[in-house]
Amino acid sequence: MNNRLKKMSFSTIMLWAGMFFLYAPMFILVIYSFNESKLVTVWGGFSPKWYGELFRDEQILDAVWTSLKVAFFASTMAVILGTMAAFVMTRFARGWGKMTLSNMITAPLVMPEVITGLSLLLLFVHMADLFGWPAERGMLTVWIAHSTFCAAYVAVVVASRLRELDMSIEEAAQDLGATPLKTFFYITVPMISPALIAGWLLSFSLSLDDLVIASFASGPGATTLPMVVFSSVRMGVSPKINALATLIILIVSLIAFISWYMARRADKRSRMASD
Amino acid sequence: MKKKRLTFRLPKGQCYTIGVPYFWLLMFFALPFAIVLKISLSTPAIAIPPYEALFEYADESLQIMLNLGNYILVFEDSLYINAYLGSLKMACITTLGCLLIGYPMAYAIARAPKQHQTVLILLVMLPSWTSFLIRVYAWMGILSNNGVINNVLMWLGVISEPIQMLNTNFAVYIGIIYTYLPFMILPLYANLSQLDGSLLEAAADLGSRSLNTFWKITLPLSKGGVIAGSMLVFIPVVGEFVIPELLGGPDSLMIGKVLWQEFFNNRDWPVASALAIVMLGLLIIPITLFHRYQSRSMEKTI
Repeated sequence: MNNRLKKMSFSTIMLWAGMFFLYAPMFILVIYSFNESKLVTVWGGFSPKWYGELFRDEQILDAVWTSLKVAFFASTMAVILGTMAAFVMTRFARGWGKMTLSNMITAPLVMPEVITGLSLLLLFVHMADLFGWPAERGMLTVWIAHSTFCAAYVAVVVASRLRELDMSIEEAAQDLGATPLKTFFYITVPMISPALIAGWLLSFSLSLDDLVIASFASGPGATTLPMVVFSSVRMGVSPKINALATLIILIVSLIAFISWYMARRADKRSRMASD
Repeated sequence: MKKKRLTFRLPKGQCYTIGVPYFWLLMFFALPFAIVLKISLSTPAIAIPPYEALFEYADESLQIMLNLGNYILVFEDSLYINAYLGSLKMACITTLGCLLIGYPMAYAIARAPKQHQTVLILLVMLPSWTSFLIRVYAWMGILSNNGVINNVLMWLGVISEPIQMLNTNFAVYIGIIYTYLPFMILPLYANLSQLDGSLLEAAADLGSRSLNTFWKITLPLSKGGVIAGSMLVFIPVVGEFVIPELLGGPDSLMIGKVLWQEFFNNRDWPVASALAIVMLGLLIIPITLFHRYQSRSMEKTI
């Protein structure tokens, strides 16, 4: 017993050390975003002036808007594609169609980004050569690229939820005369909606975050936020980027907290209902 | 039986359901690889696009020109070989690092009281939902010559002049372990939280020491999680570009960086394609390993 306690405390120590490792850099980032001095690493007193500078930077604001648009449409498409693929994987009988589909849908999960990006760019160049479409790479091509790799994540999230579902409810609906489409929208979708929302949010954050695939797939017309940040960071640290990072961390933590809180409340309610 | 009844009832709907994602993935995932393969066999040229056509049809004869020169170049030039080796070494060391840090963390989370587990996992995942680029950037400010660590050490009087940490392989190791740690912890936690506690109790009752129990019961049972986590770190790290570009120096040669430079700076598309194909060849074993684990856990019905 004594031994076991000792080992447990070792893993607990590692847990807190790991948490420190994960969070300390972010805290430092946040602290230095309020630095007066232009030299990021030399403390020159408290000042929120870099936030003002950030909101006057047209290039960054444009990129934020582009990124948000791409992420919104890409995650919506990814949820549609991913849910269909997940449905095939969990509800359909075994066959070559299902096999190749499940092979293709999970492959982007582990594919190195440079390979995915390169292959998509070459595809777009070829298509433009053959059919004259897409004439110019920009938001549309980034949207296609992001929808494809986000669909893989949605498929995994939704499939795990579909597997847990009681299939007899869907069957009952069909026995009572509902068409398959009606069954899907009135029975299945409400039951998997938490997974759909989770998949959408995950896709949204993945799309907002992606640099490598967007750099390949995009053209001069569309510059996403990570592309702007990357070209600025390459030149060295800048307090404006620290301010931007702080805002991103704040927004992500807020969304995470709200969704955690709502999930907990829903969980409590369902537990009370079942008691 | 149940499944069959459902599927036989909706043959038309089934066609659409499987058809749409199928077509999309064929178009935007499978076809692009065929094109990469094709371009890797073409001859570089100074044109737009910068390569020559593979097929030519003239005077009733179809000419197919396969240029193996790009591959020969990739295998003969020590720059590329070293970049591949550098990437593999980097990926091995960082995967091991993530495993050594991540396993105890996942274990501690899985053993924590049920109501704390969700919060702890959320805390682990939260950094990975913020920007990846920003997290790499954070380390630039910490490791640079007038960064936080050097400033603190100089203030304490431990060192008299800054240690060069940014733009070295050390910084790349730190950056990769930092950004990929959550991807190791998540599958490990998913696996360890399902571990049947009575097995450990039985081992303890039979007089097994805790370390012995760990080696003989916990670790073998969590093999699936270890494989999934390791592959989730290893495979993307081999192709990593951003971290060596921002934190590494001229000596941190990694294949993702070289591919990027060939493509964007040298505009040598055929060589970049050949580099991608060889990289895929190197990764095919880890990818199938991961894939088998993934599809098994996806198709598993409860």
